[in-house]
Amino acid sequence: MNSPSTRVFINAKPCTLACPATLADAVAWLGIQPPFAAAVNLQFVPKHLYAQTVLKNADAIDLIAPVTGG
Amino acid sequence: MTHAVSETPPDVQSTSPQPDPLVLYGQAFASRLLLGTSRYPSPAVLQAAVRLAQPAMLTASLRRQNLGASDSAHNTFWNLLTELNVPVLPNTAGCHSPQEALTTAHMAREVFATPWIKLELIGDDYTLQPDTLRLVDVADRLIKDGFKVLPYCTDDLVLCQRLVDVGCQAVMPWAAPIGTGKGPLNPYALRTLRERLDVPILVDAGLGVPSHACQVMEWGLDGVLLNTAVALAQDPVGMAQAFAWATRAGRSAFLSGAMPEQHSAQPSTPVLGTPFWHHT
Repeated sequence: MNSPSTRVFINAKPCTLACPATLADAVAWLGIQPPFAAAVNLQFVPKHLYAQTVLKNADAIDLIAPVTGG
Repeated sequence: MTHAVSETPPDVQSTSPQPDPLVLYGQAFASRLLLGTSRYPSPAVLQAAVRLAQPAMLTASLRRQNLGASDSAHNTFWNLLTELNVPVLPNTAGCHSPQEALTTAHMAREVFATPWIKLELIGDDYTLQPDTLRLVDVADRLIKDGFKVLPYCTDDLVLCQRLVDVGCQAVMPWAAPIGTGKGPLNPYALRTLRERLDVPILVDAGLGVPSHACQVMEWGLDGVLLNTAVALAQDPVGMAQAFAWATRAGRSAFLSGAMPEQHSAQPSTPVLGTPFWHHT
C-alpha cells in the first residue's frame, strides 16, 4: 500500500512530498541555501511559519534568491 | 631654492562645495546616482564600477532557484553585495499583477532586510511601460505595510501626484523605455514634474550617455538610476565614473542657476574702447 503523499509544484516543477507536508519540507526538498524567501500560492510566508505551513495538493510554492537587477 | 606653498589657498577653501545630500524618506545619501547591478561582463567589473561611482544605492532582484542549479552564482552576488556595503534597493521587476508585486516586495524585505522597494508593475511587455492604472493602489498598500516605496512610473504628472498623495516620498519617472538609452524623450513632462512636485524625483530608465544624466540634473531633478548605460558600455568602469561626474556636474549647474537664454548675440568682451573703431 502506498503511503499518502502531497503533490505540489516547487518553482513550477512537480514534486511529491510525504504527507503531511509542510513548507519546511519543500525547502528541504529543493535544498536551497540562505538567503531566500518563500511564497505559497502567491502569498508570502515568513521564515518562522515554514514548519507550521501545511501544504495541500496542487499548491504552488515559490522559493526565490537574490540576483542582479536594474 | 624652496617654494613657499600654502596647503589650502584661501580662495580654494572658500569655494569648497557645501554638503548637498539626496534625502529620501528622511535618510540622507551623499550620492545622487543609483546603480543597477545587472548585465555587467563579470562580478569583478560590477565591483570596480561601484567602487568608482560610489552610488547611493544598488538595485537587486529576486528569482527562482531551481533544483540542481548551482548555488555559486547567487552566492557570488550575495557575497559581493555584502562586501560592497552599499544600501540595497530591491526591485519587483517582472511583476505584472498587483499580487505579484506585493508578494515580491514582502519577500525582498525578508531577504535583503530592508524596507526599501523599487516598485515595478509592468503593464506592457514591449515597452516595459508601468501599469499606471494599478500602480498607485499597490504603492498605497506597500506604504501602509511599512515599505519605503520608490515607484518606477511614467512622466505623467497626475500619476506622480497620486503616488505622492498616497505617501510616496519620491517618484521615479522614466526618461525613455528601460534599456533603450534614448535619453529624455519628453523634456517638457520631466520639467513640469519638477515645477509641480515637492518630493525628490529620480529619473529611472532610458538614459544612455552621461550628458543625458547631466541634462536632467540641470533641470533640477534630484537623481538618476542607471544600469544598462553603464553595464553595456565598452568600458563599464570608465562609464560609471563618467556618469558619476555628469550627475554631480548637472546638480552643481542647477544649484548655480543658468544664465537666461537670449535671442540675439551679446558680445562678452566690452565694446567700449574697442580700437580702430571710428564713427562714420
